[in-house]
Amino acid sequence: MNFSLTKEQELFQQMIKDFAEKEVKPLAAEVDDLERFPIETVEKMAKIGIMGIPIPKQYGGAGGSNVMYSMAVEELSAVCATTGVIVSAHTSLCAAPILEHGTEAQKQKYLPKLASGEWIGAFGLTEPNAGTDAAGQQTTAIEDGDNYIINGSKIFITNAEFAHVYVILAMTDKSQGTRGITAFIIEKGTPGFSIGKKEKKMGIRGSATCELVFENCIVPKENLLGKLSKGFGIAMKTLDGGRIGIAAQALGIAQGAIDETVKYVKERKQFGRPISAFQNTQFQLADMNTKTEASRMLVRKAAYKKDAKLPYSVDAAMAKLFAAETAMEVTNKAVQLHGGYGYTREYPVERMMRDAKITEIYEGTSEVQRMVISANMLK
Amino acid sequence: MKIVVCIKQVPDTTEIKIDPITGTLIRDGVPSIMNPDDKSGLEMALQLKDEKGAHVTVITMGPPQADLILREAYAMGVDRAIHLTDRKFAGADTLATSHALAGALRKIDFDLLITGRQAIDGDTAQVGPQIAEHLDLPQVSYLEDLKFDGDKTFTMKRHIEDGYQMLEVEAPCVVTVLSSANTPRYMNVGGIVDAYQKEVEVWGFNEIEVDEKDLGLKGSPTSVHKAFARGLKPAGELYEVGTDEAVGIIIKKLKEKFILN
Ligand SMILES: Cc1cc2nc3c(=O)[nH]c(=O)nc-3n(C[C@H](O)[C@H](O)[C@H](O)COP(=O)(O)OP(=O)(O)OC[C@H]3O[C@@H](n4cnc5c(N)ncnc54)[C@H](O)[C@@H]3O)c2cc1C
Ligand SMILES: Cc1cc2nc3c(=O)[nH]c(=O)nc-3n(C[C@H](O)[C@H](O)[C@H](O)COP(=O)(O)OP(=O)(O)OC[C@H]3O[C@@H](n4cnc5c(N)ncnc54)[C@H](O)[C@@H]3O)c2cc1C
Repeated sequence: MNFSLTKEQELFQQMIKDFAEKEVKPLAAEVDDLERFPIETVEKMAKIGIMGIPIPKQYGGAGGSNVMYSMAVEELSAVCATTGVIVSAHTSLCAAPILEHGTEAQKQKYLPKLASGEWIGAFGLTEPNAGTDAAGQQTTAIEDGDNYIINGSKIFITNAEFAHVYVILAMTDKSQGTRGITAFIIEKGTPGFSIGKKEKKMGIRGSATCELVFENCIVPKENLLGKLSKGFGIAMKTLDGGRIGIAAQALGIAQGAIDETVKYVKERKQFGRPISAFQNTQFQLADMNTKTEASRMLVRKAAYKKDAKLPYSVDAAMAKLFAAETAMEVTNKAVQLHGGYGYTREYPVERMMRDAKITEIYEGTSEVQRMVISANMLK
Repeated sequence: MKIVVCIKQVPDTTEIKIDPITGTLIRDGVPSIMNPDDKSGLEMALQLKDEKGAHVTVITMGPPQADLILREAYAMGVDRAIHLTDRKFAGADTLATSHALAGALRKIDFDLLITGRQAIDGDTAQVGPQIAEHLDLPQVSYLEDLKFDGDKTFTMKRHIEDGYQMLEVEAPCVVTVLSSANTPRYMNVGGIVDAYQKEVEVWGFNEIEVDEKDLGLKGSPTSVHKAFARGLKPAGELYEVGTDEAVGIIIKKLKEKFILN
């Protein structure tokens, strides 16, 4: 058992903290306020390899580990949760399924562009009537010679407006239920594919969350990802990996809120003393930090298990459940310790509390994580 | 073109602890970074590499932990890293440090040697110029910018007190660079993954060309008289008065301190 970072991970942490502080943090409030996708940050991240951390070098990635990747999402989210989810959805929900299930030709075609950040990736599973019950897919893909014709729509798709590649799920055989779902790789500009309505959100407001619309969208057969009818399994495996990213995002948000709060309580004076002198403040901080450190251990463990090629699906579910609920609790306390100032946009904890909420919802709600965890206990 | 950059690991804080007996720095427990001027010098070398193609070597003299900045340099894109470390080098002042570095540089073929202007812990700005003297090479200090014509000539912009000097210098030469010259690049993620797979060459006394008496404590003519932390100055006295009265107060104070009589 060893809880220390390797030298390589330490060097990486030094770089990513520095990058987050200098390049990401200064934009966070503006990106939130204007609901603006920080494309210039993506370009900077692309340049130094952050858009392809766990992608092998042979496909143009950095050849790093999932632990490194989770550290990146954590540190980025500590200053800007929008930036964290851009990297997480791109890496875990688009590049990863292509790496894990793609043909050699698909990997050669898509991974170098995704890993270098020249292209941004997205993932479309959720539909208006298929959320938690993802098996209820209504989007259809009908075989037509060398193509599939796709009809339907997806909602709440992260990165949608700015992505070039989408991994999407559709019913190839309705009569088979989950065994009739197939995954496809769809490129921006494919005839019959368009971006629909953009959501106005509570948090992670810089990330572009939109509808994907397919109207007789013609996708060549070579874009089928994995095997025909194996899409549901691919989607579930993809979400297992994605949960490490979202857990890391939640962890980062909590840590970011703690860092802001520690600074604030030392400065703010009431009753002639800094509010850090009150035992209530100290005890709140102790609880916040303890739970956040526990989140970190769960996140790193899940990432480590993925790197070690051990089963990690329950670990990822636990990490996401705990880190998300901790992020919500910690940001709530952070606002409370800031008092009225914390409720204003003068201080970042207001944004962090709004950002934290989504981590309990996407890539499987907290209820879904509890189902995954308990199902494994009771099987 | 072949470029060598001297980089030094320095404590990342102004709260440097000093050994009260020897007067030397206690480095344990203080986070360490690549000296900022050196990082800009390295960036300058890497920009030349990007633009014109160059082979970039970094060299540091320091304790085993200094390995970290060499890995960082690999992750930024250098081609070769050399770590000078030997008990014989310990306790070196600037002169002995520059002798050791020059001893190593005699074993390396280069067109351009870059050092930082000064290290944030020592702040002497002596090592670069001393190396140039030991190697009998032309030197230009306080560099803000450098261009290479692709053949033999560098055009350099040198910061001076009230402006700039533009100079043309032929290779081989030594320059010392200011941290204001550029913004160093971040380490590349793929570079970080590779940094610990690459070899850092460790050189000791036997690998370099230098007279042993010029090294370490023996080769260090500097002796520390006293090392101390500067105390905080108390807040000054503030008078809101007219000019005549103010002049009177100032003269009185200067007399009290025996500056005027
Ligand atoms: C900002 C944002 C970004 C998103 N990005 C993406 C993306 O990139 N790609 C993508 O495919 N999707 C994305 N989603 C969709 C997201 O994953 C879904 O919103 C989520 O899975 C929940 O589905 P739903 O919204 O339909 O909620 P519902 O499924 O309607 O759930 C409503 C409530 O009912 C509960 N519930 C449902 N079923 C059960 C049950 N069986 N037992 C107990 N409780 C239950 C849920 O936990 C929840 O509390 C995103 C959503 C948002 C808001
Ligand atoms: C009496 C005395 C004893 C000392 N004892 C010790 C000791 O025991 N252990 C210890 O670690 N330090 C010791 N030092 C400090 C250390 O040797 C000096 O800091 C060093 O000589 C460089 O001087 P400087 O920091 O002023 O660098 P400057 O002259 O300001 O540096 C200019 C540039 O030279 C280059 N450079 C300087 N030093 C190095 C290096 N080591 N490797 C590569 N490039 C370099 C860098 O590019 C730097 O930007 C001692 C200093 C004195 C005066």
